[in-house]
Amino acid sequence: MREHLHNELIRLKRLLAGVAAAVEEAVSRAVAAAAGRDALLAQSVIDNDETIDRDEVFVEEECLKILALHQPVAGDLRYIICCIKVNAELERIGDLAVNIARCALELSERDDALPESIDFASMEELTRRQLKLSLDALMSNDAPAAAETLRRDAEIDAFEKNTRRLAFAVMRREPSRSAACVDAIAIAGHLERIGDCATNICEDVIYLEEGRIVRHDGALQEKFD
Amino acid sequence: MSDEIKISVRNLNFFYAGNHQALFDNNLEIRANHVTAVIGPSGCGKSTHLRTYNRIFELYRGQRAEGEILVDGENILSPHVDVLELRRRIGMIFQKPTPFPMSVFDNVAYPLRLHFKLSKSEIADRVEDALRGVSLWDEVSGKLKTSGLALSGGQQQRLCIARAVTAAPEVLLMDEPTSAIDPVATLKIEDLILQLREKFTIVIVTHNMQQAARISDYTAFFYQGRIVEYGRTEAIFTNPSNPKTEEYITGRFG
Repeated sequence: MREHLHNELIRLKRLLAGVAAAVEEAVSRAVAAAAGRDALLAQSVIDNDETIDRDEVFVEEECLKILALHQPVAGDLRYIICCIKVNAELERIGDLAVNIARCALELSERDDALPESIDFASMEELTRRQLKLSLDALMSNDAPAAAETLRRDAEIDAFEKNTRRLAFAVMRREPSRSAACVDAIAIAGHLERIGDCATNICEDVIYLEEGRIVRHDGALQEKFD
Repeated sequence: MSDEIKISVRNLNFFYAGNHQALFDNNLEIRANHVTAVIGPSGCGKSTHLRTYNRIFELYRGQRAEGEILVDGENILSPHVDVLELRRRIGMIFQKPTPFPMSVFDNVAYPLRLHFKLSKSEIADRVEDALRGVSLWDEVSGKLKTSGLALSGGQQQRLCIARAVTAAPEVLLMDEPTSAIDPVATLKIEDLILQLREKFTIVIVTHNMQQAARISDYTAFFYQGRIVEYGRTEAIFTNPSNPKTEEYITGRFG
């Protein structure tokens, strides 16, 4: 009876998966550019953001069109709302990848070392994993997986906090390395924000599957802690 | 709005001629001054359910209802109930507009003459009030003497609502009141239903799910003679708890 709508929803999911893949790629490349001080790679992330922005607008227009033409309800309605929100999160993650790429560009122009005590590799890996798990939960409509991923955001937050602490210590000890320390704090901040966006995607997946808005739900956090 | 229960349906079972059961253990609480929508696929029993509230099914041979329907606490299925008075208290609007073959004025005046002792001028005043109440006065004030059957479909339906309202009912039952009417006239009737909610308790059977979503406060989903889910309309349409409800309202069956 509403086969047309259901085909549209399947198409929408494919479009969103495309944006998600592009954003994951942007984060990976930005992080690699920062680690390798690779200006070329960093520039490619910045240049490609325009495509992500364009796709984001396209997905939003598709969602609005489906809302206006099909007036979906229940699970279908929640799916469209989830797509609109996740789409916006993905665009934001793309922008954060650009911010990291800009840091990489600056780093590529200098040869001062980032504070050795900071374990960037682990933080990057954790952030990328959180992003991947949140998108997997979205694509497989898996609310328990989303809730589990949500819980692990605290680990990224702790990393970011620790990075600040370590960077401040280095700055106090060796003021000549302040520039590198500021970059380290900025990159850690962007990664932490990407983690937050992944968290938001997880919350959207829980809404999609269970119809509950858990965004400010301390009880949920406690339940999984 | 009040949370007072106007109609309480308890263990209602309904049988057509030949002992064919159409409703199974229906339980429902209809709240006063709210709009309750009854939805479900064709043949699910939603009209049958509605038709028990004013015992209009008794006009057909061999049909019977078992259980209780309490209106303000009184079981209207009891044989002691005055059926004429019951049908004044619980008015009904049908799918196809049913103006009587008489003038616009006489259509609306009919229940006034049937149920109340009023002077000519009082009747004229109440007819005008009723026609204004359904936003029909401006359209028909110049042709009160023409036949009600000469009006457009949407006007005829509003005329029938005006006629139902002049009987001073407490409850209005509407059985797909807009399914034979164009979209603009439908929106007028929907606006009217929302106004009428202030004074009456409204129960509406509709095939149009968007209509149920737009105008009702509570929705009951019927399937195969049973009430599968009943709750606040916004909950039913954003997050129904029964998978059958979800399948139906998202168009995955029916």
